[in-house]
Amino acid sequence: MTTAIVNVFLKEGVLDPQGKAAHHALDSLGFKGISDVRIGKQIVLQLDIEKEKAEAEVKEMCETLLANTVIEDYTIEIR
Amino acid sequence: MKVAVLRFPGTNCEFDTQYAFEKLGHTTELVWHEEEKLPDSIDLVVVPGGFSYGDYLRSGSIARFSPVMKAVTKYAQNGGKVLGICNGFQILTEAGLLPGALKRNNNLHFISKHQNLCVINNDNAFLNLCEKGEVLNVPIAHADGNYYIDDEGFEKLESNGQILLRYSDENGNPVVVNGSVTSIAGVCNESKNVFGLMPHPERALEAILGSEDGIRMLKGFEA
Repeated sequence: MTTAIVNVFLKEGVLDPQGKAAHHALDSLGFKGISDVRIGKQIVLQLDIEKEKAEAEVKEMCETLLANTVIEDYTIEIR
Repeated sequence: MKVAVLRFPGTNCEFDTQYAFEKLGHTTELVWHEEEKLPDSIDLVVVPGGFSYGDYLRSGSIARFSPVMKAVTKYAQNGGKVLGICNGFQILTEAGLLPGALKRNNNLHFISKHQNLCVINNDNAFLNLCEKGEVLNVPIAHADGNYYIDDEGFEKLESNGQILLRYSDENGNPVVVNGSVTSIAGVCNESKNVFGLMPHPERALEAILGSEDGIRMLKGFEA
């Protein structure tokens, strides 16, 4: 069994309104020294394929469905 | 005209859309998302508003893989006219039939109200009955209407006259409603046969309900 962990975030330069709101809230709560907060989503996939083949397969999943590459970047971690 | 109105699990504006086009004297047909073919001899496909697939993952991201969307893509590639309203706009951007993407509103609120819109371009099959610079009053109701496109894409939109509408005040000056790039409320594709907008023209047909500006918008397709 292979586990793939996909993290999807809005691209650098694309305003993240949720991150901004959380940043503002943290600041109001007295947590200082935060220069940026970005909120993304994590997608965990259990795969019945070998580790070596998983990365290419998951990349295709990201490009097709899991991320909208117009506004989002993604990272893939295979375990 | 014969208008095909698509229906996905979670669509909720299909009957309003049918009502609107039938009120204007056209025939409509609901098309379930599992259909692989569109009805014969249609003049327009409307992808109506709602919350297809519960907006899971991203608004429109799952609906765009429905069997019917393959038929819609083919129809559009052959020059057929397609209009996406609200969630329909999101589905069309996810499907790559329209440029850009729709993000969460910059204030994170679901915004539901009447909104002034300024007509930016009218040399197309949709807004040809409206005047350039004219201000229309049309309801909006969305959480993910924050239109994003990169600088290069924006320049193309602008130089090719693909920006249809901007959120504006009553004098036509752009206003920030949801954080959209330059207040864009609607765009079309390069060949000007696929249209998408966040506002709901099908909800602006009766003065007694606040506005009838939607009539001229939807009637544009008759020409």
